[in-house]
Amino acid sequence: MRNALLVAGREIGSYGRSLLGWAIGAAALLVEGVWFSANGLSGSRMSADVLREFFNGASGVTMIVAVLMSIPLLAGERERGTLVLLNTAPIRDVEIIVGKYLAALAMIGLITLISVYMPLLIFVNGKVSLGHVAVGYTGIVLLGSAALAIGMFTSAVSRSQVMAAILGGLLLAVMVTLWLVAKVTEPPVNGVLSGMALHHQRQFPFMTGVLKLENVVYYVAVTYFFLLAATKTLEARRWR
Amino acid sequence: MTKAFAVIEIVDLYKYYGERRAVGPLSFSIEAGEIVGLLGLNGAGKTTTLRILACDLLPSSGSVRVNGLDVVESPHEVRSLIGYLPDTPPLYGEMTVRAYLHFAARLRGLSKASADKRVPEVLEATALAEVQDQLIASLSHGYKQRVGIAQAIVHGPKLLVLDEPISGLDPVQIVEMRELLRSLKGEHTILLSSHILSEISETCDRLLVIRDGQIAATGTEAELSAKLLKNQRALLTVRGDEEKAKEVASAVAGVVSVEAIDATEGGEGVVTLQIESDGDAREAVCRALVTAGIGLLEVRRGERELESVFLELAGAETTDGGSGAAPKKKRAGKKGAKKARASAGEGDAGAKDAAAEKEDGSGT
Repeated sequence: MRNALLVAGREIGSYGRSLLGWAIGAAALLVEGVWFSANGLSGSRMSADVLREFFNGASGVTMIVAVLMSIPLLAGERERGTLVLLNTAPIRDVEIIVGKYLAALAMIGLITLISVYMPLLIFVNGKVSLGHVAVGYTGIVLLGSAALAIGMFTSAVSRSQVMAAILGGLLLAVMVTLWLVAKVTEPPVNGVLSGMALHHQRQFPFMTGVLKLENVVYYVAVTYFFLLAATKTLEARRWR
Repeated sequence: MTKAFAVIEIVDLYKYYGERRAVGPLSFSIEAGEIVGLLGLNGAGKTTTLRILACDLLPSSGSVRVNGLDVVESPHEVRSLIGYLPDTPPLYGEMTVRAYLHFAARLRGLSKASADKRVPEVLEATALAEVQDQLIASLSHGYKQRVGIAQAIVHGPKLLVLDEPISGLDPVQIVEMRELLRSLKGEHTILLSSHILSEISETCDRLLVIRDGQIAATGTEAELSAKLLKNQRALLTVRGDEEKAKEVASAVAGVVSVEAIDATEGGEGVVTLQIESDGDAREAVCRALVTAGIGLLEVRRGERELESVFLELAGAETTDGGSGAAPKKKRAGKKGAKKARASAGEGDAGAKDAAAEKEDGSGT
């Protein structure tokens, strides 16, 4: 764990020092703000609907931010020739992956935290439960975690950042749109596909303030699976 | 008499990239305290061998031991013993030199207190103290190379594995790097690679010439010179029939080969012959030529450079061996050597091999 935290510390510092980290954070907050203003604050709505609409926009932004954050983590290091420093140090591949994952998750958490002023604005003219806010944010972070793990896997298998971005975007799009495929398939396949979809069925309960254990387990499982796949990919590269 | 302890012991190492054999069969050992140069053209297998030693790549078969530990069975322990500088130093441009070295030290297992103590020592040893607070991205190539060396020694490893540490440096930086490497001797056992003999011959105790993934020759520069430069060479410029001159010279006892090269001076019927012989045959050849009625204009002793012998050993297809004494060959002079070198290491096939070798399996 010490090594993972060491890697995470360096990555967080790198995000802070690079234009990319600031640019992604600023762009994410801008888009969330515009979305909130356009879809949440326009017209007269119930406070809970405004909050749900905010989480809907924030969840989409978070998925994109997670993939963008994950691209340079391994593919970028490979391109710059710095991955070899980690590969030849006495640390395990899983510590490299977990360290980088934690750093990117911390950045996503920070961006998410900064956005909290938007739900708080609802209290000016309306009322929502803090539980609804907390559950919605839990969903955002879990979704961000899963998208991040997917991005890390594509970053691990790619030789370049461009390739990682394309693969990450594609895989994320597939995972998100599985519910559409489910619509045109028969039982029991549609149930499986719908259950596997990253956003639709899984994220909606969080947006409405409903915390279901099965959805938490789903996001944790997706995160674990793709982080494990990224670790195994890193290990396998030594054989090639 | 006790045998010195082998820090590196490689036995029948093979490494395949798909169907292509990059290394093997490769066997050698390096004893504690030695500075050994691994010499070979691009694509010869140097980087692959070094990456296997650094546990960045796994061997296809064979045994690779560092300090008695197998790189496949105990990679974690082996990595602790090694400081590795790849051909491109693994530097984070957005970090300062000091912060980067501190990170590298912690990564290699040093505690925070140990790293705090060790980093200034390494900055001093590698003459980086004056740039310690600068961003790595802003440093010159020579300084970046020094930072690369510094990260390799920051945890005080027993073995240093340096892939082309002198590559791309200007002459002043090369001298400084040589001094730095020499200063590390004793504290560390060092294995460094290069594709240019002159870059490392002055630094290393011993050279291993690698060709097609196998050791083609081994020894000190002096030993290689004595072993490989056994024939003497003479350059004779004559006026007369070229074929007759070659025939007469070839008939002299001890002459191994006679070759016409571009004449060193102009004039009708002027020919320069490059003669290789066991021992000094200049007097006998001159006598034979004059007796045969061929005009003798100039006699010079040709010197073969170890560099050209290395090129032959390393696999470049050249008949050269000449030095400045024979600037323009009719068949393959300096240009021939360069061309051969390019085709062996930097041409299409060589480039493909080299690219495969550099891949981190690939990518790094």
